[in-house]
Amino acid sequence: MKRFTLICLTVLTAVTTYTTAQKSPAKKKTATKATLAAASSLANGKLVYTQNCLSCHQADGGGVSNMNPPLIKTTYVLGDKIRLAKIVLNGFSEKVEIEGDIYSNIMPSLNYLSNQQIADVLTYVRSNFGNKASAVTVAEVAKARTGK
Amino acid sequence: MKSKAVFSTIVPMLAVAGMLWYGSGINSTSAVGADADNAGLKLPAGFGALRAAENTGKARHISVTPAGDIYVKLARPKDGKGVLFLHDTNGDGKMDETQGFGNYGGTGMYIKDGYLYASSNSEVFRYKLNDKQQVIDPNTPEKIVTGLIEKNQHETKSLVLDNAGNIYVNVGAYSNSCQEKDRTPGSMGQKGCPILDSAGGIWQFKADKLNQTYGDGVRYATGLRNVVGLDWNQQNNQLFVMQHGRDQLHDLFPAMYTTQQSAIYPAECMYALKKGDNAGWPYIYYDQDQKKKILAPEYGGDSKKEGMPEAITPAVAFPGHMAPNGLLFYTGSQFPEKYKNGAFIAFHGSWNRAPEPQAGFFVVFQPFKGGKPFGQYEVFADGFTGSPEKTASGRADHKPCGLAQGPDGSLYVSDDVKGTIYRIVYNKK
Repeated sequence: MKRFTLICLTVLTAVTTYTTAQKSPAKKKTATKATLAAASSLANGKLVYTQNCLSCHQADGGGVSNMNPPLIKTTYVLGDKIRLAKIVLNGFSEKVEIEGDIYSNIMPSLNYLSNQQIADVLTYVRSNFGNKASAVTVAEVAKARTGK
Repeated sequence: MKSKAVFSTIVPMLAVAGMLWYGSGINSTSAVGADADNAGLKLPAGFGALRAAENTGKARHISVTPAGDIYVKLARPKDGKGVLFLHDTNGDGKMDETQGFGNYGGTGMYIKDGYLYASSNSEVFRYKLNDKQQVIDPNTPEKIVTGLIEKNQHETKSLVLDNAGNIYVNVGAYSNSCQEKDRTPGSMGQKGCPILDSAGGIWQFKADKLNQTYGDGVRYATGLRNVVGLDWNQQNNQLFVMQHGRDQLHDLFPAMYTTQQSAIYPAECMYALKKGDNAGWPYIYYDQDQKKKILAPEYGGDSKKEGMPEAITPAVAFPGHMAPNGLLFYTGSQFPEKYKNGAFIAFHGSWNRAPEPQAGFFVVFQPFKGGKPFGQYEVFADGFTGSPEKTASGRADHKPCGLAQGPDGSLYVSDDVKGTIYRIVYNKK
């Protein structure tokens, strides 16, 4: 029953998408543009991650036990986006307990990154390493920067 | 009829084989047998290993008593117990009885002259042992040292004792390279690094005096960023330490260092210390390929300029970031002659080599002759991580940390990921 509903939904969605696309080519164009922008943001986010975050948080986002916290499915990463952006902007030097493990290394302030770079890298982190959370916008980073 | 003949031939053969096997057991230098898989370790020919204990917790430094019991210091208490006492009731080498005490996490664990010494991340305690080398009163230790600085980096307090009633305690620097802003790209070094007043060195205290703190002790050696592995060399009557070298040369000064250079430099150094020595942190680091003391970029260096000629030169320089957490001079007779008085070093393994592959996660042997390093070091025990991929990613199943020698000359290695205590034995005559 569940599977049947799912198939129906999928078909329905596909048909709706198709007809919508047919009816309004202008909308389709905007959607593609948005997708492209998102893709470039993600690519840029990966670059920012590689250059500024990877040596501590590691290529798989798993961090280093006892030292550098993991970025995988933690409330710090998946939760409040302003709080997350503030950690990047201000650094983090408190001992933090995540799922029973304590992490104590110093994270420096990365406030030399632009709002765009921070938005990109956080969007990348929130949609990688098994994370599935919404994108972070430049406006949100700007808010975190000024609302310090 | 035929089968009976075969049977009558096989039985004596089995008997002889059994006697030979039994005999070899008696002649071998270790009384216990290795695990069929050598506890997952790769060892030189003739050596075997068994899991003496498993799942003990975050097992840091360990000490084995003359009776063969094991004391384990846990980084964090497990069920409220920060020190474990492991006992083997039937002599098969598997520790089947566990007791715990001490509600504090820490790293230091050392037995000397009838006392067990243990450290939290800011204090040192000692417990009197009975004639079976067991702690008499686990609830009321003597507090030997107190008030040592404990911040968020390099906070563990490793310790060892000499033969003259002194205890040596590492106080690690609460910084990577004494930058004005720690671990911040381009930030320069603090002039006259103030951290060195209370950390970044080895402090010497009296082993039997209560409640000592900085003013009661002596800053025995300075300019040591962080020491975890250390041991008293009985041949030289001298303290040897393993320094964890600084991190992030590329991250902090990308114009001067590539990620590849940052992965292998600076060296992880073994130092033979004398009172008053300065190993040079944070002003210089040792480059194992140039074989020079190089001025740190935070203090005007450019990866080539030399600095601080008065700083001591390492006795041995190993590749960077492998994190030497255990040092043991082998004084036993079980292992072949070449191991006698040489140094075993447990490398916990790197994290600061990314994006290059991680390295370490093994126990190395450095031969010594006449109290000095002699010849090349070799990897002695490997395979702790579980696979080459796990080594490269740093996602190790086990990480070697502490080392201890048993009364029969077995080498014990602790693992602070899953808490396996390995016992390495030599079984070839």
